[in-house]
Amino acid sequence: MGSLLNDSLVIAPELFLIVSAIILLMLGSFKVKNSAKIVLYLSTITLFFVSFLELIMPWDISIIFNESLIENSFSRFTKSIIFMSSAFVIILSSRWLIRYDEKAFEYPILILFSSLGMALMVSANDLITLYLAIELQSLPLYVLASFRRDNINSGEAGIKYFVLGALSSSLFLFGASLVYGFTGSVEFFEISKVTSYSEVSAGLVVGIVFILSGLIFKISGVPFHMWTPDVYEGSATPVTAFFATAPKMAAMCMLVNILYGPFADSFYSWQQIIIFVSIASMALGSFAAIKQTNIKRLLAYSSIAHMGFTLIALALPLSPSNIQALLIYMLIYLMANLGVFSCIMSLEKSEGESVKDISDLSGISKKYPFIAFSLSIFMFSFAGIPPLAGFFGKYLIFRSAIENGLFLLAIFGLLISVIGAYYYINIVKVVYFDESNSSITKSSSKGLSITNIACTIFIIFFIIIYTLSPIAELARLAGISIN
Amino acid sequence: MPSILQDYLPIVIFMSLCMFITLLLILPPLLIAPKNPDPEKLSPYECGFEPFDDARSKFDIRFYLVAILFIIFDLEVAFLFPWALVFGDIGLFGFFSMMLFLGILTIGFIYEWKKGALEWD
Repeated sequence: MGSLLNDSLVIAPELFLIVSAIILLMLGSFKVKNSAKIVLYLSTITLFFVSFLELIMPWDISIIFNESLIENSFSRFTKSIIFMSSAFVIILSSRWLIRYDEKAFEYPILILFSSLGMALMVSANDLITLYLAIELQSLPLYVLASFRRDNINSGEAGIKYFVLGALSSSLFLFGASLVYGFTGSVEFFEISKVTSYSEVSAGLVVGIVFILSGLIFKISGVPFHMWTPDVYEGSATPVTAFFATAPKMAAMCMLVNILYGPFADSFYSWQQIIIFVSIASMALGSFAAIKQTNIKRLLAYSSIAHMGFTLIALALPLSPSNIQALLIYMLIYLMANLGVFSCIMSLEKSEGESVKDISDLSGISKKYPFIAFSLSIFMFSFAGIPPLAGFFGKYLIFRSAIENGLFLLAIFGLLISVIGAYYYINIVKVVYFDESNSSITKSSSKGLSITNIACTIFIIFFIIIYTLSPIAELARLAGISIN
Repeated sequence: MPSILQDYLPIVIFMSLCMFITLLLILPPLLIAPKNPDPEKLSPYECGFEPFDDARSKFDIRFYLVAILFIIFDLEVAFLFPWALVFGDIGLFGFFSMMLFLGILTIGFIYEWKKGALEWD
């Protein structure tokens, strides 16, 4: 019993999140006056509080609940980022949600449960816990994708996401069963013990390939990316903002955990797969985005390309600086994405209808200079123009690749980012130099502006923040704890 | 690990047997059976009458909802049986684990009740 209490203390933030999600669910069900708004505010506060809690909890390694969960500086740091970006998404959504349906108190609660699943994904230490965490994260996401019940595209997005998500889960489970068959355990420590003293058998490789296919679906890497543009386009814009941020971070961290954890000794078996997915994602994401006219589809392809860049850091032998580069890149990606979505959501075509096409943005610089300015900043950052944050993210990733001798991969990434720059800067051109579109109006709220300003400051002054604040040090600590 | 592989011999035999029987059932009819369809053969058959209406009729979505809710509480019972069988051995810890599970399930139940999912009109 003593160890149970001790273990529970280690995951206090998650327990707090579970309890508050349940309490908020009850609060919403018993219709108090304005309960939906209260749930919205309280869930934002909960997520920020939990994010803060992860930072102040002890960061040393602890393995709990019969080795099914692991807490170390990596999981603490990444969970803090995940909770923070979920909180930002709720802030972004609040205005849309209250206008769409005043009584829909389930929306923030679904985000809470999904964030809980992501947290468990990051700290899972055996395949069964990992599978349950993935499902806990995915199920609320399916519901969120089809949240606009009166919209046929939203329903389509939900169904598509659900069917393909189920397929990826089944691939993962099949792989997990093979790994269990060939190593005799589902626990990460046991698997790595078995793989460290014996040859990597063919069956284990097949298992790893299947597990990887299931997980690459979650980060929408090529060749498992097909769902991304459709789901992004069909879902409501705030939901898309959620899909593009926290789940991507969680899935990437889960990949780090599983590849450098139980499968660390089979590095040469999975390195080629990661390199292939990385190159394919960068190429497809960049080339396919050129022809897009819909903003959300463009952002979907852009996120595929960014996942490709991030995977470069994962295709390298384990070292703390690689993990640090990966985490910093993901952090910048999240902030820039939140910023872009806050810009898009503060503009609307007509009453209640959000902007859809890139051409809708034409000439907004005259009417709304700040939104135009921050949107361009985010686009330049995506394209990797110094001195904005995106440049440093790419710099860290390419430096890691070159230090580890993967010159070709780094050069390919550089060339591809030039192609990416074309369509990012095209948006800047549309915003500043195209004929003004008079029907676009601003529909900003406090939450949207705060998020926008915060992200803009983060992206512009990233180098100062990076040198002055402890972010780099925290990411380095997180990198050290993976072994 | 050949020894582990040998442990899986039965399942390999089982799978091959399944595959063999399935193919045996599917392939010969495909190859041997005569195929000469005509409109009468292909039309739907309903006890000698013309079909009265389309089989894909609409039904109330609430049946579906009730079915889904039933599955949740049905599965709960599937957990309760093994728990009850070993109740003497698992002690207080086992008792409170199940109470926690039931508690969370009750929260879901309260939610669906309050949401009006159990009301027919």
